[in-house]
Amino acid sequence: MEQFVSNFGLLLEFPVVNLKIVLDGIMIGALFALAAYGLALVWGVMNVKNLAQGDFVIGGGYICWWLTQMGVPALIGVPVAFILMAGIGWIIYILIIRPILDRDLFTTLLATFGLAIIMAQLLNLLFGSDTQSVDLGYDTLYFVDGFIDVPIAKLLGVLMAGVLALGVILFMKFSRMGQAIRATAQDARAARVLGINTDKVYAFTWSLNAAICGAAGAIIVMVWVIQPFYGITHSVRAFVIVTAAGLGNLPGVIAAGLGIGVLEQYGAHIFGIGYQQAIAVILLLLVLIYRLSQQRRVRQSLR
Amino acid sequence: MSKKFYLYSVLIAFIVVAPFVFPDFKTQLATVWLMIIVALTWDMTGGQMGYNSLGNITFYGTGMYVAAVVTIALVYDVGEYNNAFGGGIYAFTSQQYFLGLILGTVAAGLFCSLIAVIIGFITFGLRGPYFAIGTLGVAIAAGELVSNWDWVGGGQGIALPVFPGDYDVGKVMFYFLFAGTGVILFVFAKWLYSTRFGAAINAIRDDEEKAEAMGIHTLQYKLAAWAIAAFFVGVAGAISAFQLIHFEPLETAYQTINLGIFMVVCVLLGGAGTLWGPVVGAILFHVFKEVTWNYLLGWQWVALGALIVVTVVYFQGGVVGWVMDKYPHWFGLSRVAEDVAEDEQS
Repeated sequence: MEQFVSNFGLLLEFPVVNLKIVLDGIMIGALFALAAYGLALVWGVMNVKNLAQGDFVIGGGYICWWLTQMGVPALIGVPVAFILMAGIGWIIYILIIRPILDRDLFTTLLATFGLAIIMAQLLNLLFGSDTQSVDLGYDTLYFVDGFIDVPIAKLLGVLMAGVLALGVILFMKFSRMGQAIRATAQDARAARVLGINTDKVYAFTWSLNAAICGAAGAIIVMVWVIQPFYGITHSVRAFVIVTAAGLGNLPGVIAAGLGIGVLEQYGAHIFGIGYQQAIAVILLLLVLIYRLSQQRRVRQSLR
Repeated sequence: MSKKFYLYSVLIAFIVVAPFVFPDFKTQLATVWLMIIVALTWDMTGGQMGYNSLGNITFYGTGMYVAAVVTIALVYDVGEYNNAFGGGIYAFTSQQYFLGLILGTVAAGLFCSLIAVIIGFITFGLRGPYFAIGTLGVAIAAGELVSNWDWVGGGQGIALPVFPGDYDVGKVMFYFLFAGTGVILFVFAKWLYSTRFGAAINAIRDDEEKAEAMGIHTLQYKLAAWAIAAFFVGVAGAISAFQLIHFEPLETAYQTINLGIFMVVCVLLGGAGTLWGPVVGAILFHVFKEVTWNYLLGWQWVALGALIVVTVVYFQGGVVGWVMDKYPHWFGLSRVAEDVAEDEQS
């Protein structure tokens, strides 16, 4: 307890530490936002709540890590992870998601949870349970007398996340498929009547989600660490962000993603790194309770 | 004497003699009973009330800890005991052991009911998938917090005293503790589902708004059902704590992705919303689990994940649901007319 207080005191004593924490949080939060955007996409379009979201992220990370072990430059790993995860996502859609599309929501939740277990365990069998990361070998920039260190790799990661997000947004806005996806999200039946092949749209949305997650994972492995069983924490984070921001609200998702990143960094600073998972989960509960109190005011429940 | 009476007598006789007929499988049989208990309690809210919790494991872990703390607190200082980690200097007489076992188990059940009411007060405002995610969050958070709490041993967990007396006698005792709890739970659930209470929670599952409009105080029913479920899970957790002797928070007590998911799979495998479904599912699931653990070592988890996916995606009615659909007259049901028409067409 005294330690928590003294850690908190440190923040007040050295304001510059706050700046470092916020910067770290924003850099990692950008990647959370990316995975959360994928979740918001499948949630909004297909009404599937994907608990394997984090495992897609970790899967992409391992693809990138494996490529660097093979001697391929790490930056190539990002597009490769994007493409490979799209393919894996498409197979998963055919095998698991398509049969449960019109079932109740708990079914999709549980099926994707089973998928999460399978993916985490396969990664564990293939790559072992050690934490892995890829060192890009770039320098670190120092500001304010060395108090703030910004690795160039992290800046590059944020930049790539931004480019990817921008690409997805433009795609959704201007391409034919993007329009079809948005139409299906608004009203699937009307979209079918107007000649949109919704099955194809669903398959594409799911693959796109897996691909976004894969690319996010490939970036995460360069700026952070991955481990086969870290998937569930990423899934929980994605849920926190989407629940807090709401569906189809891209600025909200980005803001919530950055916010989660910053809050988690603060939590890790005050309570210690051992509480990291607990912090993500408690944030989820707080967001749920907040949304619930909002709904209670109009005598509705969160569904 | 009806046919049913004989059936139940044979079952009871089998339950009583099973540990003596299969002496090598005493612990396995006890685990089957544990699975039956958690599956039946999960079905109470999941299948019968339509609230699919992924966090019932919270009560299992809490039950373990409450039982352990009560047992230790009766004799020693809990913080000191756990910091020494059992250290050997802390002996328990057999009288202290059994007093701890009884008081700890009862306290675990009651405390878990209380926790369920408190958590339920918040989480029952959530519906469907939000409820599942919210309760999963509670379970993960509880495990993480307990594993950072040094008073109860932190990440190392708690070591309880060993059963005083013969090792084999202990195994038989734990089998009968689990079996007794399971039988009481089954009879209680059978009675409960036939009362007004059962009808009310089924109404909540079918349409909560209408149930509320009919004058059912849904929140009270939901809290009561979850408190009952939590009581039995807490008792099962307490017995497990004494059976396992040593347990640690994340892998044993709050084992979210092990037992926490297994109980759901058991119910879905057997058939949600039926009385026998969870029992059948728990037995089938445990057999499947042990077979994969023995013959597919290394791949057992992948097999389990695949079982979850296949059950959920392709076989959702479960075994009992399938039998009910095929032979409705065994259950005194008549088939829905359109189903019959559909069969005749094909």
